[in-house]
Amino acid sequence: MTAYLRPRDLAEALDARAAHPDWMVLAGGTDLMVNANHRAAPAGILDLWRLAPVCFVRSADGALAIGAGATWLEVERHPEVRAHAAPLAAAAREIGALQIQARATLGGNVATSSPVGDSLPVLLALDAELEVASVRGRRRVAYRDWCTGYRTTGLAADELIVAAHLPIAGPTTRTTWRKVGTRRAQSISKVMGAAAITLDGDVVVDARIALGAVADRPIRIAAAEAAVRGLRLADAAAAARAAVRAAIQPIDDIRSTASYRREVAENLVARFFSMS
Amino acid sequence: MKLALEVNGEPRAVEVSPWKRLLDVLRDDLRLTGTKEGCGEGECGACTVELDGEAVNSCLVAAGQCDGRRVTTVEGLARGELLHAVQRQLVACGGAQCGICTPGIAVCAAHVVDRGLVAGCDDATARARVRELLAGNICRCTGYQLIVDAVIAAAREVAS
Repeated sequence: MTAYLRPRDLAEALDARAAHPDWMVLAGGTDLMVNANHRAAPAGILDLWRLAPVCFVRSADGALAIGAGATWLEVERHPEVRAHAAPLAAAAREIGALQIQARATLGGNVATSSPVGDSLPVLLALDAELEVASVRGRRRVAYRDWCTGYRTTGLAADELIVAAHLPIAGPTTRTTWRKVGTRRAQSISKVMGAAAITLDGDVVVDARIALGAVADRPIRIAAAEAAVRGLRLADAAAAARAAVRAAIQPIDDIRSTASYRREVAENLVARFFSMS
Repeated sequence: MKLALEVNGEPRAVEVSPWKRLLDVLRDDLRLTGTKEGCGEGECGACTVELDGEAVNSCLVAAGQCDGRRVTTVEGLARGELLHAVQRQLVACGGAQCGICTPGIAVCAAHVVDRGLVAGCDDATARARVRELLAGNICRCTGYQLIVDAVIAAAREVAS
């Protein structure tokens, strides 16, 4: 029989996580409950849905903090997210559809870290840091160092994700996000990407460029970032396109082909610069 | 586990595995078979119910998570013989064919109308918004046009 615990606070959640590392950590369930009736029941469920200490959005000290339990509906509708992390609000609005957005959480996306997680390139482009906790204490880790492979992360067996911290970009930094899929809602993206481009006039001072569905995990395209630094915007698109071409290894699968993904990825990144 | 929840305004209690899907609790344990299973993957929206005031796919909610929560299914939309405005307009506009998606559409559309999610929008914006809000409910028969007509008509009816 599957055990079930709905902890009242974070301390109880962390104690349970340490005591039962084999239990399923469940929030909105939009990933873990897929075809649940055809899968073996877990030994236990640690239910973090609506756990108050991880359900928040707030800005302080030049950063936006989003609790792991915040749903995409809450993220999309939150005025602080819209104002300070517009690409994350935009991505939230295209994750699944209304029913998914009402349940799926930031923490769940980050815990799964699928290469096609729509929010994840945004977290990379906005230079997000994750805050994780265990009975041993708290630590922070840059999201760019979080994924260790295909759907694997640096989360220890006794840890829970508490929040993502996003530094608020200054006025000279343009941020953007775009996904390409069969349709806007529900369909899993063929390619999606996000960028944060800092300009001095029309010269690119700095850029963070991230793509999803072109590797075994969501990735920053360091070669493209280096290629555009110091260029005028008019020249940056072509330079970024060439660097992306050399940097990614998309695959053929049921949703698309490697060659199509390659072309779309190049176009997306080029467009990030032509739109700026 | 012993699960106590409110379904369509009535307190209900069942003994179930916490891993059981809310969809199966509704259909098998509570015999509320209005809620349909389409894909079982959160793609099609046929199993949409309201849970604590949000439209959700009941195939993706574990029973344990529903303890102490409020659920509204398609059976809870009408008040006695009086259909919900959305149900009435789905009938009037012809917004249903084979029917497998209809309960999920009705619950999601009632959520949209009752929450005023298209209130105050001009017609073109309201239509675009309804299409976006109902994008998680797949219908293979109607082509959606008559469903959108019905939801818009219901929203107008409730607003007036």
